[in-house]
Amino acid sequence: MAKYLLLKHYRGAPAAVNDVRMDQWTPEEISDHVQYMNDFAARLEGTGEFVDSQALAPEGMWVRYDGEGRPPVTDGPFAETKDLIAGWMVIDVDSYERAVELAGELSAAPGAGGRPIHEWLELRPFLGAAPTITE
Amino acid sequence: MTTAVDEALIRRLTPSVLGVLVRRGADFAAAEDAVQEALVEAVRTWPTDPPRDPKGWLVTVAWRRFLDATRADVARRRREDLVDEEPAPGPGTGVDDTLQLYFLCAHPSLTPSSAVALTLRAVGGLTTRQIAQAYLVPEATMAQRISRAKRTVSGARFDSPGDVATVLRVLYLVFNEGYSGDVDLAAEAIGLNRQLATAIDHPEVAGLLALMLLTHARRAARTAPDGSLVPLAEQDRGRWDTESIREGVEILQAALAHDRLGEFQAQAAIAALHADAPTAEETDWVQVVEWYDELVRLTDSPVVRLNRAVAVGEADGPRAGLAALAALDDALPRHAAVAAYLHERDGDLTTAARLYAVAAHQAPNLAERDHLTRQAARLNARRSPCRGHEPADL
Repeated sequence: MAKYLLLKHYRGAPAAVNDVRMDQWTPEEISDHVQYMNDFAARLEGTGEFVDSQALAPEGMWVRYDGEGRPPVTDGPFAETKDLIAGWMVIDVDSYERAVELAGELSAAPGAGGRPIHEWLELRPFLGAAPTITE
Repeated sequence: MTTAVDEALIRRLTPSVLGVLVRRGADFAAAEDAVQEALVEAVRTWPTDPPRDPKGWLVTVAWRRFLDATRADVARRRREDLVDEEPAPGPGTGVDDTLQLYFLCAHPSLTPSSAVALTLRAVGGLTTRQIAQAYLVPEATMAQRISRAKRTVSGARFDSPGDVATVLRVLYLVFNEGYSGDVDLAAEAIGLNRQLATAIDHPEVAGLLALMLLTHARRAARTAPDGSLVPLAEQDRGRWDTESIREGVEILQAALAHDRLGEFQAQAAIAALHADAPTAEETDWVQVVEWYDELVRLTDSPVVRLNRAVAVGEADGPRAGLAALAALDDALPRHAAVAAYLHERDGDLTTAARLYAVAAHQAPNLAERDHLTRQAARLNARRSPCRGHEPADL
């Protein structure tokens, strides 16, 4: 088994095929989309492949250490940040092929007009634990 | 044939058993561990061998476990007997053991998350695993949080009266966390609040209990089958739990009779006015506004003023609501959502749609974000039925 991260971007991903802002969909289309996402997660729980799914707020900022005895420096939020992560799903699957297959299904979630969004999702393998048997 | 263990009974007894151990001079952290072990033992043995006196049984087993652990500890570390180390707090404070436990678990030296976890475990009798699941953190993390909390309060004196307000804040936090996983935190909070209300006669304890019951009564109606939020005005009031409402109103009336108004009583009064209205249109908004005025006087909270603006919008029209809103900082959480709602009521659908989208962008959770996005979508669909040409400029 190997874990993969499916990353969804607010910004930074190539444009989706059906690229319409969500508040321009109909309420029914939004409901159908949410239903599809819930069903997808439930199905992966059923197959024993689901690990975690979280969504992130669109606003954040940069923070760094600023030396002994000083409060951390903060900067932002930056409206122009090129890459902005919207959320993720972590799956635990038997193969890379299966991970790609599932990412494809998730990207097919319906959007405006009830048609698939064809959203680009970033697929990233986890660096797992070192195997016990190496030789 | 074995019978199922009455888990509710065990959990109800937990705080008083713990209270007895602490009163006998056991250090709080050690006593709590011992009680947890006794509970596990009870679940194991009671089905085949139910005790005649469950509380006596738990006290005996927990005390024995405590002594065993203490002796082992002493033998191992050559330390003095904990029982001798800690002077037994004197009885006769007039406050019962359970109540003291509430105070201890909500001790001001604890962070809110620690107080919540400790209360659920020591008073509520939940296991660490259940609490971890409810708060979506690893069990090891929650175990550490609880054990640090126990250490923090172990030195606190058990015989000084605590502050009811700190306990109520903890229960309010538990209730608001709602429902996730196997543990129903709202129901837990109501149970804890009920138990507290039997231990102390305090109008705000009753007020919070009434608020919880009146809010909980609407739970089934608050979400659609697909999981989306249903706002108060659109809820199917036939699905409200009338028994819970009746009890909440009764408790609230008794509390208000004390004539010592507090913020929870005022919030419960507002919830009761909603519960009282057969339809959203029949809500007594004028009275709701009056209660918000009381709440503003009691708390001076900007969030309360924001909610008051909604009520003013209903009582005196959207323009009045927008005027009340204008006095508030637009950085307040949910400010945009309230403004969107009032503009929609005022007929300005373009502004409303734009503000709903802003509100969705700022939403603190997914359910609200989806709800607000739907509101924007609803208005946009109404304004431009032939869409599809808008650029996606998120």
